[in-house]
Amino acid sequence: MNVAGNSQDNGRRNGRPPSHNGKARSSRSRYSALRLLRHGLSQQDWPLAWRQPPMRSSYDVVIIGGGVHGLAAAYYLAANHGITNVAVLDKSYIGSGGSGRNTAILRSNYLTPEGIRFYDRSVKLYEHLAADLNFNVMFSQRGHLTLAHNDSSLRTMRWRAEVNKLQGVDSDVIDAGEVKKLVPYMDTSTTVRYPILGALYHPPGGIVRHDAVVWGYARGADALGVHIHQDTEVTGIDVSGDRVTGVRTNRGDISAPVVVNCTAGWSTLISDMAGVSMPVQTFPLQAAVTEPVRPFLDTVVVSGTLHVYVSQTDRGELVFGASVDPFASYSTRGSLEFIEGLAGHVLELMPPLSKMRLLRQWSGLCDMTPDYSPIMGPTPVEGFHVDVGWGTYGFKAGPVSGEAMAETIATGRTPEIISSFGLDRFTQGRLVGEKGAAAVGH
Amino acid sequence: MMLLPCPWCGPRNVSEFRYAGEAGTRPEPGQATPEQWRRYLYFHTNPAGWVRESWYHGAGCRRYFPLERHTVSNETRATGESR
Repeated sequence: MNVAGNSQDNGRRNGRPPSHNGKARSSRSRYSALRLLRHGLSQQDWPLAWRQPPMRSSYDVVIIGGGVHGLAAAYYLAANHGITNVAVLDKSYIGSGGSGRNTAILRSNYLTPEGIRFYDRSVKLYEHLAADLNFNVMFSQRGHLTLAHNDSSLRTMRWRAEVNKLQGVDSDVIDAGEVKKLVPYMDTSTTVRYPILGALYHPPGGIVRHDAVVWGYARGADALGVHIHQDTEVTGIDVSGDRVTGVRTNRGDISAPVVVNCTAGWSTLISDMAGVSMPVQTFPLQAAVTEPVRPFLDTVVVSGTLHVYVSQTDRGELVFGASVDPFASYSTRGSLEFIEGLAGHVLELMPPLSKMRLLRQWSGLCDMTPDYSPIMGPTPVEGFHVDVGWGTYGFKAGPVSGEAMAETIATGRTPEIISSFGLDRFTQGRLVGEKGAAAVGH
Repeated sequence: MMLLPCPWCGPRNVSEFRYAGEAGTRPEPGQATPEQWRRYLYFHTNPAGWVRESWYHGAGCRRYFPLERHTVSNETRATGESR
């Protein structure tokens, strides 16, 4: 059992708030304006936001994957159910996977009642997250527009709007004139290749600071006693009979009666270690960001036909995302073809952006499931739970997934809100088809 | 740019092709149980490494052909077979 090894500050090399070493668990004084002022005047470094504790040889629950899903599950296990002997393992730094690579859009205007209820709970949790975690996650509910460029999309949007309203979600179809009022820079003329016929308008949708969500959950979980182990790669999962007994890592073995797979990109590889096969294929999704400009774009704009979504961050950068790459891969290399296509589509929507300059592009790995819904809950291996298959919609579901997975682990029962997302639905033919509302390129 | 070796047209840009997924063996539709059929439809190996796939050369010979590709580096190698 190796507990000595890792004493470096994982966060520091990324310029991120690093974890603290050992003792100083007490530094959990609350963040506030007064504290900011006082601390700012003191000119001292801020205390580290979470510890780097030595690794124990056993935990009650081991969570693989230190992104928003894994950290939220750990936080709610401790906060809602009093289970604090929990370890979160990440092979790199926390938030280095999908949680740091998404485009930070939150919304709940999905298509199936199951999906809407689930994502709406997540938006509700996000609304109070900054207060709950005492960490500013900068959730800005600026409205979300999904454009329709043809009759069939308009029909799907009418369908979505009506199902949304039945579930109590604020969502409606608006016409091109109203779109123009919301986004004056949008080209709503009818002479273009893909004229805008209308849009699905979802006022509670918006964007959030994705890193802050990860850090907030990490700080909150750590304060309640959860251990966060960065740079700890899981190399194997021990299964005895049909029960999970622990995990093997590059820093030593851990025994645990409950192991949760909260990874994205590697979810099939981790599940394979426990002998559980997943109906998942991994595709890269590329995104890009421009240099910052003055605020001009208030809402999040999505176009399924043009395979693009755009939002402006609080810093003024435009964040662009698209659909997943056309073939499965674990490669996170960007391509020129992608950026050329993206730029063309963005200019089709907003021609005045032709002078904007791109700062960078990146890609993240998306675990696509056949029905565009996640896979959550227990598996045939007792004690081995999954929270995977998050495709292109994982970030917005972080809080509700954490809450539901924590309840599943603590009570042994799958809560109603995720009961339709079980792994057995694929062999029983009970798919939850969300492609019409979850995918950009459909 | 990424080139794929089409057995009929030679190396061509990947944008000319359509990905048809991992090559698998289709169970006999008349005899397969619903569970076997769903397993064939939904479950793939999804490895991080070499995998045997089907590709369709839509902008060229319009034929399906097998290809081996490394899913991390995206290197490809021809299988020597043309169908």
